[in-house]
Amino acid sequence: MTSPHADLETLSRRVRAHAIRMATRGGCFLGASLSCADILVHLYQRVLRTSPERRSDPGRDYLLLSKGHDVPALYGTLAETGYFPVARLANHLSPDDHIYWHPNRAIPGIEFHSGSLGHLLSVGMGIALEARMSGGPSRVFVIVGDGEMNEGSVWEALQVAAAKQLDNLVLIVDRNGFQANVATESLIPLEPLAEKLSVFGFATTEIDGHDHAALEAAFAELPRRPGRPTAVVARTVRNKGLPSLEGRAERWFVNLSSDEVRMLLDELEGSARADIRSEPLVVR
Amino acid sequence: MSGLAERTYSTVLRELASADPRIVVVTAENRAAIRDLPDRLGDRFIDVGICEQTMIGMAAGMALRGRIPVVHALATFLTLRAFEFIRDDVGIAGLPVKLVGGVPGFLSDANGPTHQAIEDIALMRGIPGMHVVCPADESELLEALPVVLASPAPTYIRFNASRTDLAHTPFELGRAELLTEGDDLAVLSAGLLVPHVKAAADLLREEGIGVRVTNLRTIVPLDEQAIVGAARACGRLAVVEDHLLAGGIYQVVCEVLVRHRLSVPVVPIGLDGRWFRPALLPDVLDREGFSAPRLAERFRRAATNGGNPS
Repeated sequence: MTSPHADLETLSRRVRAHAIRMATRGGCFLGASLSCADILVHLYQRVLRTSPERRSDPGRDYLLLSKGHDVPALYGTLAETGYFPVARLANHLSPDDHIYWHPNRAIPGIEFHSGSLGHLLSVGMGIALEARMSGGPSRVFVIVGDGEMNEGSVWEALQVAAAKQLDNLVLIVDRNGFQANVATESLIPLEPLAEKLSVFGFATTEIDGHDHAALEAAFAELPRRPGRPTAVVARTVRNKGLPSLEGRAERWFVNLSSDEVRMLLDELEGSARADIRSEPLVVR
Repeated sequence: MSGLAERTYSTVLRELASADPRIVVVTAENRAAIRDLPDRLGDRFIDVGICEQTMIGMAAGMALRGRIPVVHALATFLTLRAFEFIRDDVGIAGLPVKLVGGVPGFLSDANGPTHQAIEDIALMRGIPGMHVVCPADESELLEALPVVLASPAPTYIRFNASRTDLAHTPFELGRAELLTEGDDLAVLSAGLLVPHVKAAADLLREEGIGVRVTNLRTIVPLDEQAIVGAARACGRLAVVEDHLLAGGIYQVVCEVLVRHRLSVPVVPIGLDGRWFRPALLPDVLDREGFSAPRLAERFRRAATNGGNPS
């Protein structure tokens, strides 16, 4: 029997392939892009009330990518869903376009720029509050990284979101277990994260962020509790889809040779594990 | 509004907000200047608690949806703690968020160095596209407010609602005003110290020393011609500011002079690499040398010794 989510799985694979193709000639933050690819595909295909045609519709839903460096997955998703031509992805890192390591609003579908951690939860809250003030139906989805939750501004914003009862706000934590260089739990432990978010006033659920059935259930009814913002802790795997790189601390930012790109694209389609020799870069 | 009611920052902001539903008033639990607005503005008054960073992020979000947020916090916490939020979320996006910084400079009187915003002009003018407005008193603040809110630019207002008897020319962004004429020394200033500078000039006039006083009013955009005109008129300048010399009005003036290849002596009268001794405002002004009699002494020296600082 075909999976009810076969279309999403196919699309996720295509988005991952785009991110892998961006991981060369300068590279990109592949690890986080692959950990949140399923979440992004699911949101754009099943949850967000928006589309390329509704880009300026004040009643649309908003998606904000707060950690920012996972933007190759978002660009892949936006290209695949018609926001701009897929061919434009080849402009990655070109000085003549705006497709670089963090999101830029000049690209259709990007609601706001990011790059500095801990900003877009509060920006999203302003959008959510304004939508409520003007009686609009918009919902605001903000994706943060788990490492990003080190930032005090995230916890400051959580308090205000609960106080203002922003139940049109959905916080999604891409819980891939890694800071930039090390495992979150080995540096500044976050657990019990879902419990923390609950006591901060968010209606919280914790799911497998690669399981479309679980994602579907998490977003099926929003708000999860009236008067409360929603939080979804999505457990994910860094570099998901590439067993040779999955969960590896040093493969956060990668810059591959063209042969390695080919090997990883094959690996993504189910062939043998790639043997990646490129030196890991320490960007941060 | 009724002709009998007293015009204050709060009443003027309320009037503007009544006329323009895009205006929202936001605060990080600093209500000193807007105490009566919660009841008047309903859900367009938003207090986020003592969360300056969140306040700026939320203001950016509301501005993205077409609102004009007027945000309030003490100038230090606004421009320092939330600096990166202002730079990234308001500045990079060029959003019409209006930042109102309370008790800037000497106005923090006895609060101590943590509350002394004496680098706020330097920080805010360092953000591309950010306007910086320094009202000399309450009447200039109230004149500036509708102009600032009508402008699409992100703007920092160095809040000053002191009452003075200065008569101002109509407010324009990037347009200085000439307060007194004089040939012996040209003094440039902005903000709280302007009336003290004017009073010092009046004292010196009685002695036959002519001091030409220019109130710059906005640091960005800047009235370069007013600075050039002052330099040409007197051949010697003094700049008075309750701000660090680093990145402040003195340096702004010097940049203009260099750009226009004008070589004239410029005496800096500001804070040279230090915080000021906390006390009540009149005592701060006197001790730090910014009361009218102390300024008059400093201007007299500047006007008579060829402009060499002494």
